[in-house]
Amino acid sequence: MSPIQPMTTPMRRVRGLGAARSGTRHFWYQRITSVSGIPLTIGLLLIITALLGRSHAAVVQILGSPIVAITVLLFIVNTAYHMWIGMQEIILDYVHEEKWKLLSLMANTFFVFVVSLASIYALLKLSFGV
Amino acid sequence: MTELEAGAPTGLQRTRPLSPHLQIYKPTLTMVMSIVHRITGAALYFGMLLLAWWLTAAATGPNAYANVEWFMGSLIGQLVLFGYTWALLHHMLGGIRHLIWDTIHGLEPAEREMLTLATLIGSITLTLILWVVGYLVMGGPR
Repeated sequence: MSPIQPMTTPMRRVRGLGAARSGTRHFWYQRITSVSGIPLTIGLLLIITALLGRSHAAVVQILGSPIVAITVLLFIVNTAYHMWIGMQEIILDYVHEEKWKLLSLMANTFFVFVVSLASIYALLKLSFGV
Repeated sequence: MTELEAGAPTGLQRTRPLSPHLQIYKPTLTMVMSIVHRITGAALYFGMLLLAWWLTAAATGPNAYANVEWFMGSLIGQLVLFGYTWALLHHMLGGIRHLIWDTIHGLEPAEREMLTLATLIGSITLTLILWVVGYLVMGGPR
């Protein structure tokens, strides 16, 4: 026992701790997004198969139709969260040096935001024209 | 005082035993598939760039879309897409296997081997079926 007593109770320390300063919430959300990811992945694969070899005009029209756009949007939002948690888990397993850990966790967040927001913007543009 | 006793103030630096790591174990199917699940996950992570590129190109215009089509149609593009399809299906089936295991089912030795093998065979089979369908769709009336 260190001579300096921590001011937090053991329960307070257990809650909200972990290598990324968070608890089991990510474990649970990874399960939720994996379940919702199953139908969404099947939907995405069907949509892509249906679009193979079609002209740009046809692709724009189909991707912009509500059912298709909503399915792809749901896939992207769902996957964004799932892949963000997954990559964080990988980083925490292999990157131990505090500086690099912090930088790679930040890079993970930036990457997920850029990739998913670019996809979402493109889908909204395809849906609403402009 | 035995030599193994911890914390003995000998004043000497002693090399302490380390717990064994992965390389001392004989690779098993479940172990390899667990690693493959993580590798496919990481590959799909970067593969999302392809989806983002495809969607933004479609939203940009015919020229940008033609560039994507050219790349996807090239030999490298086709190889990447084939790998992407397999990684996606394998990660999905592997995920279903993990969800089953989360419910404390299928963990007996024979069951877990069967589930793991089913994941592998299933992902390869589904990938091939999807690509055959894809090529048939491409060759169909469009």
